[in-house]
Amino acid sequence: MSDFTSNFWTVYISVITLVGMVACLVLLWVTGKTHVMSSDDSTGHVWDEDLREMNNPLPRWWVWMFVISVVFGFAYLALYPGLGSHAGQLGWTSLGEYRAEVSKAEADEAPLYAKFSAMTPEALSRDPQAKLVGERLFMNNCAQCHGSDARGSKGFPNLSDGDWLYGGSPDKIKETITLGRIGQMPAMAAAVGTPAEAKNVANYVLSLSGSPHDSLRAALGKSKFTVCAACHGADGKGNQALGAPNLSDNTWLHGYGENAIVAMVNHGKVNQMPAQSGLLTQAQIHVLTGYVWGFSNK
Amino acid sequence: MKPPESAPRTVIPIAVSKDTSPISPPEGASPVLVSLYEAHQKIYPRSVSGRFARLRWAMVFFTQLLFYGLPWLHWGERQAVLFDLAARRFYIFKLVLYPQDFIYLTGLLVISALSLFLFTAVAGRLWCGYACPQTVYTEIFMWIERKTEGDRIAHMRRDEGPWNWDKLWRKSLKQVLWLAVGLWTGFTFVGYFTPIHVLAGEVAQWSFGSWEIFWVLFYGFATYGNAGYMREQVCMHMCPYARFQSAMFDKDTLIVGYDQARGEPRGSRSRKADPAQLALGACIDCNLCVHVCPTGIDIREGLQYECIGCGACADVCDEVMDKMDYPRGLVKYSTQNAIQNGWSGSEIFRRVLRARVLLYTVILWLIIGIVGFGLLARPPFKVDVERDRKSLARELPGGVIENVFRLQIMNVTESELRVHVQVDGLPGLKVVSDEDLSVAPAQSRWFVLRLQLPPGQATPGSHPIHFEIDGQDDTTVLKEKAVFMVPH
Repeated sequence: MSDFTSNFWTVYISVITLVGMVACLVLLWVTGKTHVMSSDDSTGHVWDEDLREMNNPLPRWWVWMFVISVVFGFAYLALYPGLGSHAGQLGWTSLGEYRAEVSKAEADEAPLYAKFSAMTPEALSRDPQAKLVGERLFMNNCAQCHGSDARGSKGFPNLSDGDWLYGGSPDKIKETITLGRIGQMPAMAAAVGTPAEAKNVANYVLSLSGSPHDSLRAALGKSKFTVCAACHGADGKGNQALGAPNLSDNTWLHGYGENAIVAMVNHGKVNQMPAQSGLLTQAQIHVLTGYVWGFSNK
Repeated sequence: MKPPESAPRTVIPIAVSKDTSPISPPEGASPVLVSLYEAHQKIYPRSVSGRFARLRWAMVFFTQLLFYGLPWLHWGERQAVLFDLAARRFYIFKLVLYPQDFIYLTGLLVISALSLFLFTAVAGRLWCGYACPQTVYTEIFMWIERKTEGDRIAHMRRDEGPWNWDKLWRKSLKQVLWLAVGLWTGFTFVGYFTPIHVLAGEVAQWSFGSWEIFWVLFYGFATYGNAGYMREQVCMHMCPYARFQSAMFDKDTLIVGYDQARGEPRGSRSRKADPAQLALGACIDCNLCVHVCPTGIDIREGLQYECIGCGACADVCDEVMDKMDYPRGLVKYSTQNAIQNGWSGSEIFRRVLRARVLLYTVILWLIIGIVGFGLLARPPFKVDVERDRKSLARELPGGVIENVFRLQIMNVTESELRVHVQVDGLPGLKVVSDEDLSVAPAQSRWFVLRLQLPPGQATPGSHPIHFEIDGQDDTTVLKEKAVFMVPH
């Protein structure tokens, strides 16, 4: 009980509890007798003219039940935590019970995960049982960002469209889940130049995917795109080794349109996928890999 | 109808009494110090036969055939009545209940409580005397006791006598039989929660789970202890019903009553003697009504809270009256008014239709009607629609607005269910789902649905919409409200 800096509260609560329990027994003993009238076996109390209180003794086993529950109370407090900082003779803790339950559940699941671990992610994505397990893992660990339908939203990638920042092979997916990713788009305002030039680049980027754009600005922006090409490639198709997005498809993770692109060019962005290795077991990640791979490989 | 007796009613004013002195004991009484507790006095009820005893045995057979038999019945592939706590499905014949159907249990409890009120107002403690498990199992256990240790007198003599071989084997046999009934009861009870065929297989192989064995032993012990040893003490010191029945009784409630006017003065006499000449009433003071009483009271002292209304005293007294050639019914089911005023059966019957009884009846049937209709009109599936936790809305290339919803379908039938979903509320709103919306029998499943709205169909903000979920091969269409978000 590190919450308490002094022993005072332990003593305080223990004394109240133990004295209270003893007091219960004393009370039981003291109140165990009553006066009754020799004439009619009533207590002599009369209400409402003729309503008498009779002496109807309880069977004695009731008293023993009470004594037993007090004894049980003492035994319980000796064995389990309850009296202040006293940890109890059995050493029981809620954390210990939780861990025991978790390890039991893990032991129960072990054969299932052993079976899954022996399968390829491709096979897992077709296995109905693995899909059910994968669905639960996904809903509990991934859906918070990627959405229940895995289609993500602004800033959170869609996992079902076959467009991958870091690669869509099972190995790459597993790597992403296990270690996480930190995507970095540096602020390029200085490299691109004036705000007008940033707009030109944005229009050129729009043109790469055939999106509506100002073709004059796009033509002007083409030369400035060389600073972007270092990561996104000369043709703007991105680089999965760096996690640089393909700009020539119609997937816009951080927003669509000129304004969104200008903001990204000027300010950059750091976007993070947290590592799951400490949260999920290797076997769980393996099942998830198959499940996630299955979204874009039906 | 006005009561014939027109004595002025004593009214107790609700006010603070001026008299603050201690309540004085009656004249000539002296207080004695006694313990509030006493050793339990064992009751040896004499065996009884007669119409009420036969009725009770009929109820014993009926309730126990029901209780012991029900878990063995089959309904299709499964046990007909099974409460699967682990899977949270409760099967009662055709019904498959989910935890969401808890309201029906509430309804059942309300119906049970109101039935108890109604029966109590009309006929007193019928439940206690004929249907309560405490009475039923005590009846079975006492039957075993009488078969092994003998009826009242023989049993009392043997208990007082020294331990010998005769006493030993009789008591041992009784214990074996009691334990067998107790364990079988515990086993049956657990059989409502774990499929009883599985449980029986486990017992046969001596391999059941520790919780199952715990509950079998627990309920077995409870049966053994309550029906074998606690008996009337459960009714007198544990059951609250004895204590609140007075709130539901009135002077027209059927009780087991002693006809004091006819019976007193009591006294023994020869069969041939004319009681009128001896100035005696019909009661021959044989005390048999006390000997047969399972709670050990004397019914001639009037209605007492211990009386469970079993009618054993009425049965035995009728027998005695027959032997004496007196008319039956010195102790009988009657009402306080009827005994006082010497009313006939039809008069009692007329009094059944009084405001309290009619009110209970109307409320009871109303609730039975509501719960019954609720069960009959229960749709074959339940639906829950939730917005996805992650994003309010997403904009697809081309300006289509997409909202994600999670749809839970709970199939309460035992066949595969396939639903069709459509939405209403915004022009052009459509449902997109990659999944086959089918749910296995008695299973619940979540689906992910995407709702897509073409560009420019709604202003930014939230728009009320509703889902219509169609059970396809059924006529059921369930509606669920939801909200569609359009981003700024």
